[in-house]
Amino acid sequence: MGWVAALAATLAALIPSAASAHLVAGESIGFVSGFLHPISGWDHIIAMVAVGIWGAQLGRPAIWALPVTFPLVMAVGGFFGLIGLKLPGSEIAIALSGLCLGAAVAFEWRAPLPAAAVLVGLFGLFHGYAHGSELPPGQNALLYSLGFIMATGLLHGLGISIGLMHRWLWGQRALRLAGVMISCGGAFFLWRAAA
Amino acid sequence: MKRFAILIAAAAALTPAAAQAHLVVTGMGPIYDGVTHFALSPEDILPVLALALFTGLRGPRHARLALAALAAGWFAGGALISALGLTLPPILAPAMTAALLLVIGGVLAANLELKPWPCAAAAAALGLMRGAADLSGAGAGGSAILNTLGMTATAAALFALAASVTLPLRRLWMIVAARVAGSWVAAAGLLLAGWLLRYGAQVS
Repeated sequence: MGWVAALAATLAALIPSAASAHLVAGESIGFVSGFLHPISGWDHIIAMVAVGIWGAQLGRPAIWALPVTFPLVMAVGGFFGLIGLKLPGSEIAIALSGLCLGAAVAFEWRAPLPAAAVLVGLFGLFHGYAHGSELPPGQNALLYSLGFIMATGLLHGLGISIGLMHRWLWGQRALRLAGVMISCGGAFFLWRAAA
Repeated sequence: MKRFAILIAAAAALTPAAAQAHLVVTGMGPIYDGVTHFALSPEDILPVLALALFTGLRGPRHARLALAALAAGWFAGGALISALGLTLPPILAPAMTAALLLVIGGVLAANLELKPWPCAAAAAALGLMRGAADLSGAGAGGSAILNTLGMTATAAALFALAASVTLPLRRLWMIVAARVAGSWVAAAGLLLAGWLLRYGAQVS
Protein backbone atom coordinates (compact mmCIF):
# COMPACT_ATOMS: atom_id res chain seq x y z
CA MET A 1 0.00 0.00 0.00
CA GLY A 2 2.93 2.26 0.79
CA TRP A 3 4.22 2.40 -2.75
CA VAL A 4 0.73 3.05 -4.11
CA ALA A 5 0.36 6.02 -1.82
CA ALA A 6 3.84 7.25 -2.80
CA LEU A 7 3.03 6.91 -6.51
CA ALA A 8 -0.31 8.64 -6.10
CA ALA A 9 1.33 11.45 -4.13
CA THR A 10 4.10 11.84 -6.75
CA LEU A 11 1.64 11.98 -9.60
CA ALA A 12 -0.56 14.39 -7.69
CA ALA A 13 2.49 16.58 -7.10
CA LEU A 14 2.96 16.76 -10.84
CA ILE A 15 -0.41 18.45 -11.30
CA PRO A 16 0.55 21.68 -13.01
CA SER A 17 -1.15 24.74 -11.61
CA ALA A 18 -0.07 26.36 -14.83
CA ALA A 19 1.41 24.42 -17.72
CA SER A 20 4.48 26.21 -19.09
CA ALA A 21 5.24 23.88 -21.91
CA HIS A 22 6.57 26.25 -24.54
CA LEU A 23 3.94 25.07 -26.96
CA VAL A 24 3.23 27.46 -29.74
CA ALA A 25 -0.42 27.28 -30.75
CA GLY A 26 -0.85 24.52 -33.30
CA GLU A 27 2.56 22.98 -32.67
CA SER A 28 1.44 19.39 -32.16
CA ILE A 29 -1.31 19.83 -34.74
CA GLY A 30 1.38 21.04 -37.14
CA PHE A 31 3.46 17.87 -36.92
CA VAL A 32 0.54 15.47 -36.97
CA SER A 33 -1.29 17.17 -39.83
CA GLY A 34 1.99 17.43 -41.77
CA PHE A 35 2.63 13.74 -41.16
CA LEU A 36 -0.88 12.78 -42.24
CA HIS A 37 -0.88 14.89 -45.40
CA PRO A 38 1.21 12.62 -47.69
CA ILE A 39 -0.64 9.51 -46.50
CA SER A 40 -4.07 11.00 -47.04
CA GLY A 41 -4.29 10.17 -50.75
CA TRP A 42 -3.71 6.82 -52.46
CA ASP A 43 -2.38 8.51 -55.59
CA HIS A 44 0.54 9.80 -53.52
CA ILE A 45 0.98 6.63 -51.48
CA ILE A 46 1.29 4.20 -54.42
CA ALA A 47 3.84 6.42 -56.18
CA MET A 48 6.04 6.82 -53.12
CA VAL A 49 5.96 3.14 -52.27
CA ALA A 50 6.76 2.37 -55.92
CA VAL A 51 9.86 4.58 -55.71
CA GLY A 52 11.13 2.48 -52.82
CA ILE A 53 10.34 -0.83 -54.52
CA TRP A 54 11.98 0.26 -57.78
CA GLY A 55 15.06 1.43 -55.89
CA ALA A 56 15.29 -1.98 -54.20
CA GLN A 57 14.96 -3.72 -57.56
CA LEU A 58 17.73 -1.58 -59.05
CA GLY A 59 20.02 -2.25 -56.08
CA ARG A 60 22.94 -0.02 -55.03
CA PRO A 61 23.28 2.94 -55.32
CA ALA A 62 19.71 3.50 -56.54
CA ILE A 63 18.23 1.89 -53.42
CA TRP A 64 19.23 4.94 -51.40
CA ALA A 65 19.83 7.55 -54.12
CA LEU A 66 16.19 7.55 -55.28
CA PRO A 67 14.67 7.97 -51.79
CA VAL A 68 17.16 10.79 -51.09
CA THR A 69 16.32 12.47 -54.40
CA PHE A 70 12.55 12.26 -54.06
CA PRO A 71 12.03 14.24 -50.79
CA LEU A 72 14.49 16.94 -51.85
CA VAL A 73 12.90 17.47 -55.26
CA MET A 74 9.47 17.14 -53.68
CA ALA A 75 10.40 19.95 -51.30
CA VAL A 76 11.36 22.06 -54.35
CA GLY A 77 7.89 21.32 -55.76
CA GLY A 78 6.34 22.19 -52.39
CA PHE A 79 8.30 25.44 -52.42
CA PHE A 80 6.92 26.29 -55.88
CA GLY A 81 3.40 25.51 -54.67
CA LEU A 82 3.82 27.64 -51.57
CA ILE A 83 5.09 30.70 -53.42
CA GLY A 84 2.17 30.42 -55.83
CA LEU A 85 4.04 29.36 -58.96
CA LYS A 86 1.72 27.77 -61.53
CA LEU A 87 2.59 24.22 -62.56
CA PRO A 88 -0.22 23.07 -64.86
CA GLY A 89 -1.34 19.45 -65.13
CA SER A 90 -0.06 18.42 -61.72
CA GLU A 91 -2.97 16.01 -61.06
CA ILE A 92 -2.34 14.25 -64.37
CA ALA A 93 1.41 14.09 -63.69
CA ILE A 94 0.74 12.56 -60.24
CA ALA A 95 -1.52 9.91 -61.76
CA LEU A 96 1.09 9.28 -64.47
CA SER A 97 3.72 8.80 -61.77
CA GLY A 98 1.78 5.83 -60.36
CA LEU A 99 1.30 4.42 -63.84
CA CYS A 100 4.94 4.82 -64.95
CA LEU A 101 6.64 3.86 -61.69
CA GLY A 102 4.32 0.84 -61.39
CA ALA A 103 5.28 -0.14 -64.94
CA ALA A 104 8.98 0.27 -64.10
CA VAL A 105 8.48 -2.12 -61.16
CA ALA A 106 6.34 -4.53 -63.19
CA PHE A 107 8.90 -4.78 -66.02
CA GLU A 108 11.92 -4.48 -63.67
CA TRP A 109 13.23 -1.72 -65.89
CA ARG A 110 17.01 -1.54 -65.37
CA ALA A 111 17.24 2.20 -66.01
CA PRO A 112 20.64 3.94 -65.65
CA LEU A 113 20.84 5.80 -62.33
CA PRO A 114 20.74 9.34 -63.85
CA ALA A 115 17.64 8.45 -65.91
CA ALA A 116 15.93 6.88 -62.88
CA ALA A 117 16.81 9.89 -60.70
CA VAL A 118 15.50 12.36 -63.30
CA LEU A 119 12.25 10.41 -63.71
CA VAL A 120 11.70 10.08 -59.96
CA GLY A 121 12.71 13.71 -59.41
CA LEU A 122 10.30 14.94 -62.08
CA PHE A 123 7.40 13.10 -60.50
CA GLY A 124 8.52 14.22 -57.04
CA LEU A 125 8.32 17.83 -58.23
CA PHE A 126 4.63 17.44 -59.11
CA HIS A 127 3.79 15.56 -55.91
CA GLY A 128 5.48 18.29 -53.86
CA TYR A 129 3.73 21.01 -55.84
CA ALA A 130 0.31 19.48 -55.17
CA HIS A 131 1.06 19.28 -51.45
CA GLY A 132 2.65 22.74 -51.30
CA SER A 133 -0.29 24.49 -52.93
CA GLU A 134 -2.64 22.83 -50.40
CA LEU A 135 -0.67 23.57 -47.23
CA PRO A 136 -2.94 25.24 -44.69
CA PRO A 137 -2.00 28.42 -42.82
CA GLY A 138 -2.01 28.57 -39.03
CA GLN A 139 0.18 25.52 -38.47
CA ASN A 140 3.66 25.41 -37.02
CA ALA A 141 5.54 25.61 -40.30
CA LEU A 142 8.71 23.79 -39.27
CA LEU A 143 6.96 20.89 -37.54
CA TYR A 144 4.41 20.61 -40.32
CA SER A 145 7.22 20.44 -42.90
CA LEU A 146 9.12 17.91 -40.82
CA GLY A 147 6.08 15.67 -40.41
CA PHE A 148 5.36 15.95 -44.10
CA ILE A 149 8.89 14.96 -45.12
CA MET A 150 9.15 12.19 -42.54
CA ALA A 151 5.90 10.58 -43.73
CA THR A 152 7.19 10.71 -47.31
CA GLY A 153 10.50 9.18 -46.30
CA LEU A 154 8.79 6.44 -44.31
CA LEU A 155 6.63 5.57 -47.32
CA HIS A 156 9.84 5.13 -49.31
CA GLY A 157 11.21 3.03 -46.48
CA LEU A 158 8.09 0.88 -46.66
CA GLY A 159 8.64 0.46 -50.40
CA ILE A 160 12.30 -0.49 -49.87
CA SER A 161 11.31 -3.00 -47.17
CA ILE A 162 8.79 -4.58 -49.53
CA GLY A 163 11.39 -4.50 -52.32
CA LEU A 164 13.89 -6.49 -50.26
CA MET A 165 11.97 -9.64 -51.17
CA HIS A 166 13.59 -9.21 -54.60
CA ARG A 167 16.37 -11.59 -53.48
CA TRP A 168 14.01 -14.57 -53.82
CA LEU A 169 12.46 -15.78 -57.05
CA TRP A 170 8.94 -15.80 -55.62
CA GLY A 171 9.61 -12.30 -54.29
CA GLN A 172 10.60 -11.04 -57.74
CA ARG A 173 7.31 -12.34 -59.13
CA ALA A 174 5.34 -10.83 -56.25
CA LEU A 175 7.02 -7.47 -56.82
CA ARG A 176 6.19 -7.54 -60.51
CA LEU A 177 2.58 -8.29 -59.61
CA ALA A 178 2.66 -5.38 -57.16
CA GLY A 179 3.98 -3.19 -60.00
CA VAL A 180 1.03 -4.21 -62.17
CA MET A 181 -1.37 -3.32 -59.35
CA ILE A 182 0.33 0.06 -58.82
CA SER A 183 0.09 0.73 -62.56
CA CYS A 184 -3.62 -0.13 -62.51
CA GLY A 185 -4.04 2.30 -59.61
CA GLY A 186 -2.19 4.97 -61.59
CA ALA A 187 -4.41 4.31 -64.61
CA PHE A 188 -7.50 4.71 -62.43
CA PHE A 189 -6.26 8.03 -61.04
CA LEU A 190 -5.33 9.16 -64.57
CA TRP A 191 -8.83 8.38 -65.77
CA ARG A 192 -10.28 10.28 -62.81
CA ALA A 193 -7.95 13.27 -63.34
CA ALA A 194 -8.76 13.44 -67.06
CA ALA A 195 -12.53 13.05 -66.51
CA MET B 1 -8.52 0.06 -4.69
CA LYS B 2 -4.87 0.37 -5.64
CA ARG B 3 -5.72 0.55 -9.33
CA PHE B 4 -8.39 3.13 -8.62
CA ALA B 5 -5.95 5.33 -6.67
CA ILE B 6 -3.36 5.13 -9.48
CA LEU B 7 -5.98 5.93 -12.09
CA ILE B 8 -7.22 8.97 -10.18
CA ALA B 9 -3.69 10.26 -9.61
CA ALA B 10 -2.68 9.73 -13.26
CA ALA B 11 -5.81 11.45 -14.53
CA ALA B 12 -5.24 14.36 -12.16
CA ALA B 13 -1.62 14.71 -13.23
CA LEU B 14 -2.60 14.93 -16.87
CA THR B 15 -5.05 17.78 -16.31
CA PRO B 16 -3.45 21.21 -16.72
CA ALA B 17 -5.37 23.89 -14.88
CA ALA B 18 -4.19 26.65 -17.17
CA ALA B 19 -1.90 26.58 -20.14
CA GLN B 20 0.57 29.42 -20.66
CA ALA B 21 1.78 29.12 -24.20
CA HIS B 22 5.34 29.91 -25.25
CA LEU B 23 6.68 30.48 -21.75
CA VAL B 24 9.62 28.56 -20.41
CA VAL B 25 9.49 29.08 -16.69
CA THR B 26 10.59 25.93 -14.95
CA GLY B 27 10.68 27.47 -11.51
CA MET B 28 14.21 26.15 -11.14
CA GLY B 29 16.06 29.25 -12.22
CA PRO B 30 17.29 30.78 -15.48
CA ILE B 31 19.82 28.03 -16.29
CA TYR B 32 17.13 25.36 -16.32
CA ASP B 33 14.83 27.76 -18.19
CA GLY B 34 17.52 27.90 -20.89
CA VAL B 35 17.90 24.12 -20.89
CA THR B 36 14.14 23.68 -21.27
CA HIS B 37 13.91 26.33 -23.96
CA PHE B 38 16.46 24.48 -26.07
CA ALA B 39 14.93 21.08 -25.40
CA LEU B 40 11.50 22.28 -26.54
CA SER B 41 12.64 24.17 -29.65
CA PRO B 42 12.85 22.05 -32.81
CA GLU B 43 14.40 25.03 -34.63
CA ASP B 44 17.35 24.75 -32.20
CA ILE B 45 17.57 20.96 -32.06
CA LEU B 46 17.34 20.10 -35.76
CA PRO B 47 20.33 22.07 -37.11
CA VAL B 48 22.48 21.03 -34.12
CA LEU B 49 21.63 17.37 -34.73
CA ALA B 50 22.28 17.64 -38.47
CA LEU B 51 25.65 19.34 -37.97
CA ALA B 52 26.63 16.80 -35.29
CA LEU B 53 25.79 13.92 -37.62
CA PHE B 54 27.82 15.54 -40.40
CA THR B 55 30.91 16.31 -38.36
CA GLY B 56 30.68 12.88 -36.73
CA LEU B 57 30.78 11.28 -40.16
CA ARG B 58 33.83 13.39 -41.07
CA GLY B 59 35.87 12.34 -38.01
CA PRO B 60 36.84 13.19 -34.41
CA ARG B 61 38.92 16.27 -35.25
CA HIS B 62 36.05 17.83 -37.19
CA ALA B 63 33.58 17.04 -34.40
CA ARG B 64 35.80 18.38 -31.59
CA LEU B 65 36.50 21.68 -33.35
CA ALA B 66 32.85 22.11 -34.30
CA LEU B 67 31.73 21.38 -30.73
CA ALA B 68 33.97 24.10 -29.31
CA ALA B 69 32.93 26.56 -32.03
CA LEU B 70 29.24 25.82 -31.56
CA ALA B 71 29.37 26.39 -27.81
CA ALA B 72 31.43 29.59 -28.17
CA GLY B 73 29.18 30.91 -30.93
CA TRP B 74 25.95 30.12 -29.07
CA PHE B 75 27.09 31.84 -25.90
CA ALA B 76 28.48 34.84 -27.81
CA GLY B 77 25.28 35.22 -29.85
CA GLY B 78 23.00 35.06 -26.82
CA ALA B 79 25.19 37.22 -24.60
CA LEU B 80 25.73 39.88 -27.27
CA ILE B 81 22.10 40.33 -28.25
CA SER B 82 20.94 40.44 -24.65
CA ALA B 83 23.73 42.84 -23.64
CA LEU B 84 22.86 45.15 -26.53
CA GLY B 85 19.13 44.82 -25.75
CA LEU B 86 18.33 44.08 -29.37
CA THR B 87 15.24 42.42 -30.78
CA LEU B 88 15.44 40.70 -34.13
CA PRO B 89 12.73 41.45 -36.71
CA PRO B 90 10.03 38.71 -36.52
CA ILE B 91 10.80 37.41 -40.00
CA LEU B 92 14.53 37.08 -39.38
CA ALA B 93 14.58 34.18 -36.88
CA PRO B 94 12.51 31.74 -39.01
CA ALA B 95 14.40 32.88 -42.12
CA MET B 96 17.69 32.04 -40.43
CA THR B 97 16.28 28.68 -39.34
CA ALA B 98 15.23 27.88 -42.92
CA ALA B 99 18.67 28.83 -44.27
CA LEU B 100 20.48 26.81 -41.59
CA LEU B 101 18.37 23.71 -42.17
CA LEU B 102 18.75 23.97 -45.92
CA VAL B 103 22.54 24.42 -45.86
CA ILE B 104 23.46 22.01 -43.05
CA GLY B 105 20.93 19.37 -44.17
CA GLY B 106 22.17 19.70 -47.76
CA VAL B 107 25.81 19.33 -46.71
CA LEU B 108 24.92 16.22 -44.68
CA ALA B 109 22.82 14.72 -47.49
CA ALA B 110 25.70 15.24 -49.95
CA ASN B 111 28.24 14.05 -47.32
CA LEU B 112 30.65 16.74 -48.56
CA GLU B 113 34.37 16.28 -47.95
CA LEU B 114 34.93 19.45 -45.90
CA LYS B 115 38.06 20.26 -43.92
CA PRO B 116 37.77 20.76 -40.11
CA TRP B 117 37.92 24.56 -40.19
CA PRO B 118 34.95 25.14 -42.51
CA CYS B 119 32.98 22.77 -40.24
CA ALA B 120 34.01 24.83 -37.22
CA ALA B 121 33.04 28.04 -39.01
CA ALA B 122 29.62 26.59 -39.85
CA ALA B 123 29.17 25.53 -36.21
CA ALA B 124 30.14 29.01 -34.96
CA ALA B 125 27.70 30.62 -37.42
CA LEU B 126 24.95 28.23 -36.32
CA GLY B 127 25.64 29.01 -32.65
CA LEU B 128 25.73 32.76 -33.20
CA MET B 129 22.46 32.78 -35.17
CA ARG B 130 20.48 30.51 -32.87
CA GLY B 131 21.88 32.05 -29.69
CA ALA B 132 20.91 35.50 -30.94
CA ALA B 133 17.47 34.30 -32.08
CA ASP B 134 16.74 32.62 -28.74
CA LEU B 135 17.75 35.62 -26.64
CA SER B 136 16.26 38.22 -28.96
CA GLY B 137 14.23 40.69 -26.93
CA ALA B 138 15.27 39.16 -23.60
CA GLY B 139 17.03 42.35 -22.51
CA ALA B 140 20.22 42.71 -20.49
CA GLY B 141 20.69 41.17 -17.08
CA GLY B 142 22.15 38.29 -15.16
CA SER B 143 19.24 35.98 -15.89
CA ALA B 144 19.71 36.39 -19.66
CA ILE B 145 23.35 35.31 -19.37
CA LEU B 146 22.40 32.31 -17.24
CA ASN B 147 19.64 31.50 -19.71
CA THR B 148 22.19 31.54 -22.51
CA LEU B 149 24.51 29.39 -20.46
CA GLY B 150 21.80 26.76 -20.01
CA MET B 151 21.03 26.73 -23.73
CA THR B 152 24.72 26.60 -24.67
CA ALA B 153 25.39 23.68 -22.33
CA THR B 154 22.40 21.73 -23.68
CA ALA B 155 23.32 22.44 -27.30
CA ALA B 156 26.90 21.30 -26.64
CA ALA B 157 25.74 18.15 -24.83
CA LEU B 158 23.34 17.18 -27.62
CA PHE B 159 26.00 17.88 -30.24
CA ALA B 160 28.59 15.75 -28.41
CA LEU B 161 26.13 12.87 -27.96
CA ALA B 162 24.93 12.88 -31.57
CA ALA B 163 28.45 13.22 -33.00
CA SER B 164 29.71 10.39 -30.81
CA VAL B 165 26.93 8.17 -32.14
CA THR B 166 27.94 8.77 -35.76
CA LEU B 167 31.73 8.73 -35.24
CA PRO B 168 32.02 4.92 -35.32
CA LEU B 169 29.59 4.48 -38.24
CA ARG B 170 31.39 2.71 -41.04
CA ARG B 171 28.72 0.46 -42.51
CA LEU B 172 27.15 1.81 -45.67
CA TRP B 173 23.53 1.58 -44.54
CA MET B 174 24.32 3.55 -41.37
CA ILE B 175 26.00 6.32 -43.35
CA VAL B 176 23.09 6.28 -45.79
CA ALA B 177 20.63 6.61 -42.89
CA ALA B 178 22.50 9.73 -41.68
CA ARG B 179 22.48 11.15 -45.22
CA VAL B 180 18.75 10.46 -45.61
CA ALA B 181 18.19 12.33 -42.34
CA GLY B 182 20.15 15.22 -43.88
CA SER B 183 17.94 15.23 -46.96
CA TRP B 184 14.87 15.38 -44.71
CA VAL B 185 16.31 18.33 -42.76
CA ALA B 186 17.19 20.18 -45.99
CA ALA B 187 13.74 19.48 -47.43
CA ALA B 188 12.09 20.78 -44.24
CA GLY B 189 14.22 23.93 -44.51
CA LEU B 190 13.16 24.50 -48.11
CA LEU B 191 9.48 24.07 -47.23
CA LEU B 192 9.90 26.45 -44.30
CA ALA B 193 11.37 29.01 -46.72
CA GLY B 194 8.28 28.58 -48.90
CA TRP B 195 5.97 29.13 -45.91
CA LEU B 196 7.89 32.30 -45.06
CA LEU B 197 7.57 33.67 -48.57
CA ARG B 198 3.85 32.90 -48.56
CA TYR B 199 2.80 33.90 -45.06
CA GLY B 200 5.70 36.16 -44.02
CA ALA B 201 6.29 36.83 -40.34
CA GLN B 202 3.07 35.01 -39.34
CA VAL B 203 5.01 31.76 -39.59
CA SER B 204 5.78 30.47 -36.14
